Amino acid sequence: MVVTILVLLPVVFLLWQAGHAGWGTIWPLIFRSLTWTLLLNTIELGVIVTVCTAVLGVAAAWLIERTNLPLRRFWRAVVVLPLAIPDFVIGYTWLSLTPVVHGLFGASLVMTLGLYPLVYLPVAAALRRVDSSLYEVARSLGLGRFRALLRTVLPQIRAALLGGCLMVLLGLLAEYGAFEILRFQTFTTEIFTEFNLGINPAAASALSLVLVVLSVLVIGAELMLTRSVAVRAGRPSGGVRRYRLGWGAVPSLLFMAVLIGLGVGVPASTLIYWLTQPADLVGIAPIPLLGAAGYTLLYSFLAALAATVAAFPVAYLAVRHPGRLSRLLERLGYLVQGLPGLVIALSLVFFAVRLAYPLYQSPALLVIAYSIMFFPMALISLRASLVQLPRRFFDTARSLGCSPMSALLRVTIPLAAPGIAASVALVFLSAVTELTATLLLVPTGVQTLATAFWAYQSQVSYATASRYAALIVVIAVVPGVFMSRWLDPSRSSARGAGVRGLIRSITRGGRP
Amino acid sequence: MTALSVSGVYKSYADTPVLRGVSLAVAPGSLTAILGASGAGKTTLLRVIAGFEAADAGTIELAGQVVDGGQSRGRVPPERRHIGFVPQDGALFPHLTVHGNVAFGLARSARHGPFVDELLELVGLSGLGGRYPHELSGGQQQRVAIARALAPRPRLVLLDEPFASLDASLRATVRAEVLGALRAVGTTGVLVTHDQDEALSVADYVAVLRDGVITQAGPPREVYSAPADPWTAGFLGTANLVPGVLQNQGVRTALGWHEMRAGGQLPNGGGEVTVLIRPEQITLSPHSPDGITGKVTEARYHGHDALIAVDVADAGVLQVRMLGTGAPAPGDEVSLTTIGPVTVWPEGSF
Repeated sequence: MVVTILVLLPVVFLLWQAGHAGWGTIWPLIFRSLTWTLLLNTIELGVIVTVCTAVLGVAAAWLIERTNLPLRRFWRAVVVLPLAIPDFVIGYTWLSLTPVVHGLFGASLVMTLGLYPLVYLPVAAALRRVDSSLYEVARSLGLGRFRALLRTVLPQIRAALLGGCLMVLLGLLAEYGAFEILRFQTFTTEIFTEFNLGINPAAASALSLVLVVLSVLVIGAELMLTRSVAVRAGRPSGGVRRYRLGWGAVPSLLFMAVLIGLGVGVPASTLIYWLTQPADLVGIAPIPLLGAAGYTLLYSFLAALAATVAAFPVAYLAVRHPGRLSRLLERLGYLVQGLPGLVIALSLVFFAVRLAYPLYQSPALLVIAYSIMFFPMALISLRASLVQLPRRFFDTARSLGCSPMSALLRVTIPLAAPGIAASVALVFLSAVTELTATLLLVPTGVQTLATAFWAYQSQVSYATASRYAALIVVIAVVPGVFMSRWLDPSRSSARGAGVRGLIRSITRGGRP
Repeated sequence: MTALSVSGVYKSYADTPVLRGVSLAVAPGSLTAILGASGAGKTTLLRVIAGFEAADAGTIELAGQVVDGGQSRGRVPPERRHIGFVPQDGALFPHLTVHGNVAFGLARSARHGPFVDELLELVGLSGLGGRYPHELSGGQQQRVAIARALAPRPRLVLLDEPFASLDASLRATVRAEVLGALRAVGTTGVLVTHDQDEALSVADYVAVLRDGVITQAGPPREVYSAPADPWTAGFLGTANLVPGVLQNQGVRTALGWHEMRAGGQLPNGGGEVTVLIRPEQITLSPHSPDGITGKVTEARYHGHDALIAVDVADAGVLQVRMLGTGAPAPGDEVSLTTIGPVTVWPEGSF
């Protein structure tokens, strides 16, 4: 409970800051024409990217999970790779390739390619569970191919699809780096500008409030649209029969090749191209690559530990004592997930400046920011693995003479180890690729990989920037590979059982 | 002195009463089976005894020591009750080897001694200490589970339907080995089951649990042949319930005059009663005109034996158990003879 209150503090600070500036100052700042421009931009982008990611994500998931598409194992491995490349790196590679990619078009292209795995993952997980016999029964009842798909398969992936779209929308609202690079004006870029230009905290907090309201609206809409569907556990009893593509395999392969080519191939090859170019130091003191990497690793790892340690008691209590309290915690965690990192970082800046000045620009504040931002991820991972643990293990340990604490240490925690590892890895990965909060909160005199990349990139030193971007991607891919090995649904070892449930609930719309 | 004494225990989950005044006494060194249909409260009773759940009211005593008096004060936590627990599917810790599982409840110094190997030998698993639970068969897992429960030398071992998930062919063997291990060390056992064959064949003492109340407790023969009420009679096995009238210190039914089992409450004076005749108390012989006769309506052949339904005038259709060889066919006319004392309840005691 205490942990959750701490996690929610940013919202309180934000309101307090707005109140401090006076509502008389805040209201005109909210209702000015700039706000409407930003809102329009955001809605346009939201509609385009959500529709595109939904189509691409569902198509890729169906081809990989339910058809006899050739090279399925390869596609399954590479189709989620864009998640390991930060969106700001994708944006930078496209812009450095051709200046045509900018504005609404550029932002739509880059965000679609960067975010479609968020739809793919839950939909693929749902499709894997859909029983072929349902489709066959529908066909036997006189429905054509397409109508049978529409009426049997679609309802079963609806919740997953909506959950994926929610994550895409929240991702769009929170994104800063890619939009700044592509010169596309949204709330985040504007908040950042207001904040950096002589620190106009009133305007920044006014716009942050609008952003928070938008996030809450998105979450609310998702909650209303999602009916709780009874999800059948375990393997489909009627078996999974794959749809035979026949000659359709050729366009299908082409589709996958183009998708992966644009989503992974272009960023990767552009990055490699810039890596081979000589460094172009322009007007900035050189930032040591390894030093920046060291800071990134240190802060990300500390945040991963802190978030996991903080989330464990919450997850444990929620699983062990289900009820109103745990539902409340669940909702609150969900809300935090909807808060853009920029808002959390800003509120921590306000907090430090006003209440705890020694913390301002200290490493601790950055680690705290990461921990709050990625607390929900840790909570989801831990909860998912704890839910899989039957209570019998704990009880049996008690009957063999263990006190509750010792039963926790000797049985529950070792058995939850995959979930704990996943939690640490997820938070670590997210913190390594984080840019927005890092830019605001990085300690004085310190450069992480992300801030160093940002500094060079803003000076159009694309070749130098590529070194830092490449290292971020490499560091992010390592836990990514580690996790996909653990999370691979085809691996069926005893210890994998808990982890498969974990990815299932993570991908089920990202809700704890 | 009883090893375990449960008196008047109540337990509800969110307004749904599960245990409604359960009382039970278990003698030291004995094996007691708690027999009940699913939902009767068997598992809840075990969990309350083990201390995983708290009793709402009532008392639980272990060898004279109160471990749960229905109040949080003085309630002994599970780890200090010294009760071994064998859950339904064994619940072996998947992150530990067989040796690690068995040694789990031992003091650190005793974990590497010969004791663990002795226990594994007792349950017939010598040499498998290095295996992990998922490398064992279901029967082996249950044997590890009993070894693990016995390792800290508990005062009492609770077994929660430990054989229900095993294949029928395997069940009898594993059951014999697990319960054999329990008897070898002389530990008191309480076995929960919904299988009346299991309860009657292995336990020294059977307690029938129905809707959160123990309806009857006693040695298997007594409970089977002299059930407390018609419901218990039917729950423990096939029961023919025939109307009768008290007569000459015995009872007369459509099947003739029967000796009555001693005990039981009977209506004063004469009167109408319900009579329990077990299927194996009736023998069939070829039709002869001067006996009780009936017509076979159905013959269910089970191999080793057969269950024959015989329609008898004034008694209805009766079930008769006989050896599989020489069983009559539907339509045959047969004569019936009844053996042994019968159990009698006052009319309307259903």
